[in-house]
Amino acid sequence: MATDFMEFQAARLPANIPSRRLRVDRVQWLQTAKALRESKARFLTFWGADDRDRDGGFRIYAAYLLPDTVMVVEHFIEDSPAPSYPSIAGFYPAALRMQRSVYDLLGISTDETDSRGWLRHGGWPETLFPLRRDVDGSRQYPIASGPYPFVPVEGDGVHEIAVGPVHAGTIEPGHFRFSVVGEKVLRLEERLGYTHKGVAKLFENTSQQNGHRLAARVSGDSAVAFSWAYCAALESITETVCPARAILLRALALEHERLANHLGDLGALGNDGGFAFGLTQFSRLKEDLLRANTVAFGARYLMDYVVPGGVAFDLPADARCRLLDLYDALEPSVNQMRSIYDEHAGLQDRFREAGRLEQSTAEKLGAIGLAGRASGIACDLRVDHPWTPYDSLVPKLIVRSGGDVAARVQVRFDEILESLRLCRALLSGPPIETIHTSVPVAAPDLLGIGLIEGWRGPVMIALETGPNGGIRRCHAHDPSWQNWPSIEYAILGNIVPDFPLINKSFNLSYSGQDG
Amino acid sequence: MFNTISRMLHTGLLTEPLPAPDQTAPTLATRQKELLKILGRALCIRHVDAGSCNGCELEIQALNNPYYNLEGAGMKFVASPRHADLLLVTGPVSVNMEEALKRTYDAMPDPKLVVAVGDCGACGGFFGTTYASRGGVARIIPVNLTIMGCPPSPAAILDGILRSVRPTETEDLKGTVSQ
Repeated sequence: MATDFMEFQAARLPANIPSRRLRVDRVQWLQTAKALRESKARFLTFWGADDRDRDGGFRIYAAYLLPDTVMVVEHFIEDSPAPSYPSIAGFYPAALRMQRSVYDLLGISTDETDSRGWLRHGGWPETLFPLRRDVDGSRQYPIASGPYPFVPVEGDGVHEIAVGPVHAGTIEPGHFRFSVVGEKVLRLEERLGYTHKGVAKLFENTSQQNGHRLAARVSGDSAVAFSWAYCAALESITETVCPARAILLRALALEHERLANHLGDLGALGNDGGFAFGLTQFSRLKEDLLRANTVAFGARYLMDYVVPGGVAFDLPADARCRLLDLYDALEPSVNQMRSIYDEHAGLQDRFREAGRLEQSTAEKLGAIGLAGRASGIACDLRVDHPWTPYDSLVPKLIVRSGGDVAARVQVRFDEILESLRLCRALLSGPPIETIHTSVPVAAPDLLGIGLIEGWRGPVMIALETGPNGGIRRCHAHDPSWQNWPSIEYAILGNIVPDFPLINKSFNLSYSGQDG
Repeated sequence: MFNTISRMLHTGLLTEPLPAPDQTAPTLATRQKELLKILGRALCIRHVDAGSCNGCELEIQALNNPYYNLEGAGMKFVASPRHADLLLVTGPVSVNMEEALKRTYDAMPDPKLVVAVGDCGACGGFFGTTYASRGGVARIIPVNLTIMGCPPSPAAILDGILRSVRPTETEDLKGTVSQ
């Protein structure tokens, strides 16, 4: 049994939740993926690194979530004119786009037939792999974009609708290629990567003490989750223990981030369902929360609140009462809006049965986080792998089995109410205490991970330290990677005009995916 | 239905007078008057995300909430650049979005205004100029005004939009605003 040698050989890996690191050869790389798939482990992320300067080759890593631990599987690839490794997408389809991205950035390929670029749209030469250490990341190249061969659909009356990258609303850019008959969608193919900003390369020129600021900007709506994941990785490597008060405040900020995004989404979903009243009401509630953030955390969006060793500052004296008042006002409003949504026949007609992602499909694709929980995937790191302070808060696991827009709406309502309970509990912590401790400079070549359940799902940072307080490699993973392919399935058989509603019900990050 | 009406009545009117970050700035009423004088009608805004982290988008969306009530101030977001007077651009311009941004700009009718939102839109912010990022918006298309912040508040964005329509306050209009 392949899992036996895994348990035998895996070494402890610094992380905020129990994690192990396993070094495998080419054959075992595939065997472990197969064994983990059979034991129902969830796929978290995949990344690569150029280590030719250190030991003459590349490394690839895949992280899996097991019931009691996180397993990071590492495989070393000798340098050669065409370095390659076996694809694990046969077991974990979500890995496919990540493998294509690793090729675009590092030039190490798989045995997959789909070799189309994912992050590279012609903005840099085909033979240049920006994440290689001998490549100067600051150089600019002229664009030489070629056609991108979408998978064609043929048949009587089939035609294509191309949407994007610029969309009609205030949202991020991405391209959707619909193959339709009449109004019905036969196939959707996504093309993303438009907001690729070279985050991984930027990390290599960032100091350990400053990396949290870049991490927060991987996906602005998940700034707390990313910056906390980064800090958790760095603190695990350096064995820094954060003050208890700082941990409580981080969790409070994370729950506020969840509340703000859920409130915004519920309004937008009402609006996309033709109920503008919902947008007006929820956008007002969200604004109330953001203004309270300014009082409590000093900013509406907490881009720089979580810092290595703690948080930037404590709650001001009057903030606790102000926040409790806010929660007391928010809860009945959300409950009232929920009954309005539930009883609105027109809205429910749009929500129910729209964009259904069956549980079996979600399992196969590896859907995770909020969208997964609405399709019966019972996975929430705060519940299954609780790190401090969630181990003592015991959050409720919220799962729905419907898999449609209505289920994703209900998960959001339930999670808002649960987050409010957590926020109240977090505010009852000891008020006067230190909120920051200094983090020593980590020795080079140490790997650590930080894993935080953001509002969208598990956000992960894998941090490898460099010399002189620098970063050798930092991989930031947004759960949108796993969930984007789910939309391609959820839309099947639905009509094109329902796409904005279905897309919004997932509300995935483009920037988080593109990096 | 009773619940909906009751909630509407209890919520009441929330729209606030515009908080001007710069206290010497003219009031909202003056801005509106000026806006009408320059354009003779409402201001139509098209937003393009040229590679942002999505933080600025959240604050732009907030302009539509009842507190800021953008449409009440005579401005609205439109779905096509062909309907737009003003292009609101967020993010450093990623190389993958450079062409789309240029095409959006070209699709706008003259006269046109461009406002770059956020530190990234102004100068590339954290992402700077790399193999993947061209830096600030002005490196790709002409920019009339920049609004700093990470992300800038809705009040700051609204103030910037209003300032951009005043020819005297923009950096270089190149005769694009009809007199």
